Amino acid sequence: MSHSNKLTRRQILVRAIGGAGAALLAGCNRLSQTEWAPKILGAGESASLAAQRLILPRQSMAEEFAESDLSPEFRSNGTAMPNNAKYAALANGGFSEYHLQVNGLVEQPANLSLAEVRALPSRTQITRHDCVEGWSAIGKWKGARLGAVLEMVRPKPEARYVVFHCADPMESDGSSPYYESIDLEDAFHPQTILAYELNDKTLPIANGAPLRVRIERQLGYKMAKYILRIELVESYEKIAGGKGGYWEDQGYEWYAGI
Amino acid sequence: MAEVQSSLASPRDDLRKPRGGYLYYRHKLPVRILHWINVIALTILLMSGLNIFNAHPSLYWGKSSYNGRPPIVELRGDEDADGETAGVTKIFGHAFDTTGFLGASSNSQGEMVARGFPSWLTIPDNQWLTMARRWHFFFAWILVINGLCYIGYAIASRHLSRDLAPRQAELRTIGQSIVDHLKFKHPTGEAAKHYNVLQKLTYLLVIFVLLPLMILAGLGLSPGMNSLIPGWVDVFGGRQSARTIHFVIAWLIVAFVLVHVFEVIVSGLWNNLRSMISGRYRVPTKENHEPLQ
Repeated sequence: MSHSNKLTRRQILVRAIGGAGAALLAGCNRLSQTEWAPKILGAGESASLAAQRLILPRQSMAEEFAESDLSPEFRSNGTAMPNNAKYAALANGGFSEYHLQVNGLVEQPANLSLAEVRALPSRTQITRHDCVEGWSAIGKWKGARLGAVLEMVRPKPEARYVVFHCADPMESDGSSPYYESIDLEDAFHPQTILAYELNDKTLPIANGAPLRVRIERQLGYKMAKYILRIELVESYEKIAGGKGGYWEDQGYEWYAGI
Repeated sequence: MAEVQSSLASPRDDLRKPRGGYLYYRHKLPVRILHWINVIALTILLMSGLNIFNAHPSLYWGKSSYNGRPPIVELRGDEDADGETAGVTKIFGHAFDTTGFLGASSNSQGEMVARGFPSWLTIPDNQWLTMARRWHFFFAWILVINGLCYIGYAIASRHLSRDLAPRQAELRTIGQSIVDHLKFKHPTGEAAKHYNVLQKLTYLLVIFVLLPLMILAGLGLSPGMNSLIPGWVDVFGGRQSARTIHFVIAWLIVAFVLVHVFEVIVSGLWNNLRSMISGRYRVPTKENHEPLQ
């Protein structure tokens, strides 16, 4: 091998490394567009879910804070006023006509007025709301324990998930209402509440009036606002996009503890 | 395996210039493989992390973002007087025009749009939080598994105690080592077979301080992990502080990589690269030392 060949070999190697770098980045963009690669990448989040389920106690508690930690104003994200005539009518009447339906795979379906929800065993907690975008806000929530609601309606043995159907349409034509789902483990968690108060005041519309769920060990998008109906199901595959929630149908993870 | 593989340079090397020295098997296979996996994982983690950061391009100190104090760092895309999007970087209240790079940069259609970091620094290149999270969490596991393999290997093979742990006597030569680095004076002969003292301390700092802190601060962002021992994330000063620390350490690691690559280039790019690919490093002798080879 001549000397010039050797130089070429070095250049080739250096260029190959540079080329590999560029190809890696272009490849990441290409792979993101495929059907299969994001599924493989999703293994990361599945592994995180498995790891968290393994090490987190079933009823581990989210951190609670002091009054002095409260955010001066609790940020409203996503919908601030549902584009829904029925909802607007309910809001105009101060939600006096509002009823929370609880049905699906339950022994005793219920239709609860706000007064009835407020009469259920409640919990008050100052917790941190973590948005998937990266920001956090701290608020004081008071609400009925979802566990108490479920004990009242008595889920059937085949019920595995709790689905929240909401009043806020996510499309401008009024379609695709927001929805979310959690498993029974999170549903019966002591900090999981149907909040009707924020910072000692009636929950404002911008933050989900009359009821929004708090699931304190997961990200903000799980905590559905403007809840109209709670449905117990065996599987959420037949609901909307089939991924268990509005944002899940857009590609976000169903388990939002990460 | 640490013996000399080939004691003399081949004659053709002498055609151009006498280079002297001999090939020495410097990096063992596991170290080489783990090193390159790390390169890929850290690159993807940085760039997907910047895409995630772009979803809310502000950093805060404390438990929450809304605590009555403005963000400590903010990359904003503001409309200027002419209605054009301008990039503004605000750090501790000081604003800088960073149009084209931070705060606002061109999208794939060439339009200036509000965007924390530019598309050429992010994975994927467009603003796509869900996909960026997939890349990030997948390669986070790769980094952790790779790191655990490295630490396991380094302890079991005594790479850690033999090659990385600085000796007492060596620690007294830190001053000299700093001077040598600043003068681009690189070791020859026996000394070139081992990490120098600054190198050892830097690697130990990255392996045992920066990367673990980075991973811990990252775990601190997980609301699920926060409930493991409620309040543990307050050791960082709160979740938003953890996010800021996660971000700052990412750039400290970038700074380490820049210095590392710089040293690789000035102390012999080809020789160093080869030693991290095939393991073989040409030990320069005093007479034939060619730093820029």
